[in-house]
Formats: sequence, structure tokens, C-alpha cells
Amino acid sequence: MSELPGELLYTEEHEWLRQEEDGTVTIGITDHAQSALGDLVYVELPEVGAELDAGDEMAVVESVKAASDVYAPVGGTVLEVNTDLADDPEKINTDPYGDGWIVRMRPIDMANSNTMDPNAYQELLDSLED
Amino acid sequence: MTEKLIFEKSRPGRWAHAQAPAAAAAGNIPAQFLRQDRPLLPEVSELQVVRHYTRLSQLNFSIDTNFYPLGSCTMKYNPRACNALAMLPGLLNRHPLGPVSHGQGFLACMYELQEMLKAVTGMRAVSLTPMAGAQGELAGVAMIRAYHVARGDHERNEIIVPDAAHGTNPATATMCGCVVRELSTGADGDVDIEALRHAVGPKTAGIMLTNPSTLGVFERRIIEIRKIVNEAGGLLYYDGANLNAILGKVRPGDMEFDVIHMNLHKTFSTPHGGGGPGSGAVGVGKRLQPFLPIPVVGRSDVDGSYHWLTEKDLPQSIGRLSGFMGNAGVLLRAYVYMRMVGRDGMRRIGEFATLNANYLQARLRAAGFEPAFPERRASHEFIITLKTMARTLHVTAMDVAKALLDEGLHAPTTYFPLLVPECLLIEPTETETREALDRFADAMIAIAERAKSDPASVQGAPYKLPVRRLDDVKAARNLDLAYRPESRGEL
Repeated sequence: MSELPGELLYTEEHEWLRQEEDGTVTIGITDHAQSALGDLVYVELPEVGAELDAGDEMAVVESVKAASDVYAPVGGTVLEVNTDLADDPEKINTDPYGDGWIVRMRPIDMANSNTMDPNAYQELLDSLED
Repeated sequence: MTEKLIFEKSRPGRWAHAQAPAAAAAGNIPAQFLRQDRPLLPEVSELQVVRHYTRLSQLNFSIDTNFYPLGSCTMKYNPRACNALAMLPGLLNRHPLGPVSHGQGFLACMYELQEMLKAVTGMRAVSLTPMAGAQGELAGVAMIRAYHVARGDHERNEIIVPDAAHGTNPATATMCGCVVRELSTGADGDVDIEALRHAVGPKTAGIMLTNPSTLGVFERRIIEIRKIVNEAGGLLYYDGANLNAILGKVRPGDMEFDVIHMNLHKTFSTPHGGGGPGSGAVGVGKRLQPFLPIPVVGRSDVDGSYHWLTEKDLPQSIGRLSGFMGNAGVLLRAYVYMRMVGRDGMRRIGEFATLNANYLQARLRAAGFEPAFPERRASHEFIITLKTMARTLHVTAMDVAKALLDEGLHAPTTYFPLLVPECLLIEPTETETREALDRFADAMIAIAERAKSDPASVQGAPYKLPVRRLDDVKAARNLDLAYRPESRGEL
């Protein structure tokens, strides 16, 4: 059973998004995603200042099994990337919703983000279990 | 037990005749080009060298020693005759820069190989020049690009790739300056036709398809797919990874593919694996013929002699991919193999590759294993998913793969394709006997039983190999292949 914090939003591509008080958003991949990928060996991060549309490839996470794209759940400007991941990509495995965050962005249009609430994401996970 | 590196067996002053370089060879090299320090080479006796490498080869899994059902890799037996004939002195000693008149025998073999590949794939022309599957793909997509550009159709830069494809497909498209549009797969394993209809448009350069796909099933709606892509102005690329399944039965040319790459090292049985020399020969239909990579072997209408076709003959060619034409040794082995099996043998390859896969799938299914596409017949390979075992017993596909090694069986492909959770992609190939297939099925069944009665014993496998579970993460992140004397203490 993967962990699912109630205060976050989620995407079909297994990213999570947290709306911060200052209007920015923090993005990472879910516990389910890190568990499916297995031990991560490498994370490719976007450049700070990059302008992304919702659905753009934002980062690449590579594990011993596979390399996988991480998509921007919302359009916006990259404010900060988690540079600790360069040396410690396994932080995503050990703490996907905390130290394993990937990108902080200033979103353009949160109303049109590709996200869902925890209940909808749980349903998606349940449907994958079948 | 840790195997020592050959460097660790080194003792100053020890040497071997067989490996010693001839001192006289350096006599004519100007002093400024000679290195100052001696190279770091192990100092060992000839017998030590023989024992060291013989031991290592015995620790290895290979098709010569073990059942090797690595899916999508077609690790079939490479007949010894192919090696023996490809290594005839006249072929081995041919110099690639020698005059064409001195290499007519070799060129005749290559010309006939081109002709046989045309016949078996139904394509109009073949170039043997790509050095490996990935280079064949690169050549194929480069030809598609060249075709559109030659028509002034500069805007077509989208390549459609199903999500089940080999990772090399999107990589190739990107390397050729194209944008990849991923296509989803339906629940039955076929491409989602509705998604395809939405994906095509005025920017569509082409689609890359593997048929049978990496899901081990034949793309049944291929004619419809071709129509949709062609009507949008795109071309069809056939990835030959799974050509073995349809050999002698279905021809990509008849499915009206515009270009195909063939992994001669897989389908036509030359030794491969470990990144060694390969061959990614490409075949094309009418539209792409002018763009074939050079050189190609031509035959004179006047006297039947053979010669190289170059830029002069194919001015629109995408060019050369290497200094010479492919890996001659691999091409010769493929030639001998095709001549040995002949037209009827070619059909039996496809039939037995498919029969073996379906037999194994049926046996595993009857024992309770879960095929990824239960309603589909397997092609030459099939997928089982161990997601239930992983969920209920916490024994994963990787654990089962490791346990197979203890049984002296090479593991199938694990965790590919990515669409299927906890999957094993199993390709027995046509060269295995029923006894070998049964032994594999029995081992799988025994491991599944053990996963129920004693899951920890499967999670801890392998037990009988020189090394146990390796640290994959460390291996990927701290790759260290160079021996340094100062690192000796750490080993």
C-alpha cells in the first residue's frame, strides 16, 4: 500500500504537486512511482528559469530498471530544482514527498492543471492493481 | 568466493611467449612517439592466462552452455558451420582496401546476401552497411527524413512510436531531429487505432512499428495502420527485432512497410550480446530506394562481375555509416546461415520459434502463471506477469529471475516492456528441444511453489553462483572499470 498525503494534488503520470502559501508549487513523483521504478540512480533536472507548458517533459528519473520522463503538471517557470538529487537520487526512494522533491515552480494557470485530488488518485491506483 | 583480477596475479618479471610483443616491432618508431613509462600490464605466465580466461568463460552464462530465453534478443544457437566457413583464409585475409577484382568471391557472397534478404522480407533493395541494429534504425529514419526533405516537405518531423517499443526507437527518432509522439496500446496488446487517428497529421513523418511487437503479439490491424499513416503522408518503419517470428510466413514488404532494419546477428544467427559486432542491414521499398546508405554491392549486366555502388550510383544516398561496408565477419556468418537453412528452413524457423513459445506459454499458464495477454496467441515470445506473486508473497520478477540462475537457466528479460508490471519476457527460440523447454517450465513451477512455502529463500537467490545480489545502484553510479595498483587494497 503506497502512502498518499491528503494535502497534495496528483497526476495520471504519478507526479504530486503541493501548493505553497507563497503561490508557488513544489513537484515530485509519488510513492507508487518510486516503488514501481525501483532504486533510482540518476535524475536529470530542468534549468532554473525554464518556461514549461503543462505536459512538457520536466525531468528524467532513471532507475536500475528504466528511465522515465516526469511531466510538468502545470505550466509555469522553474524557480528552483532539488540539486541534492544529483548526488543522492535515492532521496526520491526514501522520502518521495519530502527530501525527494524535484522542482519548485511559479505556476501560470493552476485552474488548468492536469491534477486530481487524493481520492481520485487512489482510485487510479486501485484500478492499476487489478 | 571472489575471482582475482588477472592484475592481482601479476608478479614482476613473469612473462609468456604467446602474449609477449615482439621487441623488434618498435624499432622504426621515432623516439618522440615512444611512451616513457611502461604500460601497466599484468605479468603472468601463459598457463596463468589460459586458466584465468577459461575459468571466467566457465562462470559465464552463454547459449553454448545454458538455456537462454532472453526475450526480444533471439539468443538462438549459432551453428558452428557459420563460423568455420566465414573464417576461410581467403575471406579472412581479404583486405578491405584491396582492388575489387581481388575480392569477387566476397562481393558475390554479399550480393547474394542482399538478394536473399530482399526475397525473405519482400523489400525492393537492401544495404548491408549499418554496423548494428541501432545504426540500422538511424539509417532508416534518416532515409524517411531525406525522402520528405527531397519532396520539399520540410515540416514533417514527427515520428509516431507505440509505448511498447524498444527504447532505441524514440532515441533514433530524436537523433534524427524528429519529435516523438507516443502511441498507447489497447488492452489486447494491439496499437490503439483511435489514438493513432488523433496522432497523425501534416507533421507526421512516419511510424516505427515492431511486428510482432515487444508484447509478443502480432499487430493484427497492420493494414489499417498503414492506411491511416499513408493517408496522412507518413511512411512506415519496420523494426526487425522480432523478425524471427514471421520468417518465411509474412513479409514486411507485403505489409507495405517502406523501410525495415534487420538484426542479422539475431535473426540470422551470428554470435551476439555484450555489445559485440552486429549488423543492422536495411531494406527499402520503392519510395526510399534512392536514399539507401552506401556502399551497396552491384552486379554488372555485361559480365556478371561485382562492384561497389557509391555516391555516383546513388546521388541521393544518406551517405556512409562507416569506413567500409558493415562488419564483414557478421555478414558472412549470416550469409552462410541463410544458405544452409534455405527457403524451406526459413519457414521452419518461424514455425518452430512460434511453436516453442506457445508450448512454453501453455505449460506455464496451466501451472498457474498469468500471461500478460491471455486471449492472445504468442508470437515467438510471450510475457507473464508476476504482479500477484509480488503483491501477495512479496516475491518479485527479479527474485524469480535470480532463482532461475541457480537452476543453470539464464533469466528471461525482466521488467521490459515497461507497460506490464513485474513481467518476464520469454523467448525460447526455435533451436531448443522440448526437453529443454520442459526443464525451464519445471524450474519455474518449482520456484513458484517455493515462493509460497518459503518466500525468503527465493528473495535471497542466487545461492550457487560466484556472486550473490550485486549492488545495481552502486554499479550504475560508480562505474569503475580501470584497474589501478593503488586500488588493490580495496578489492
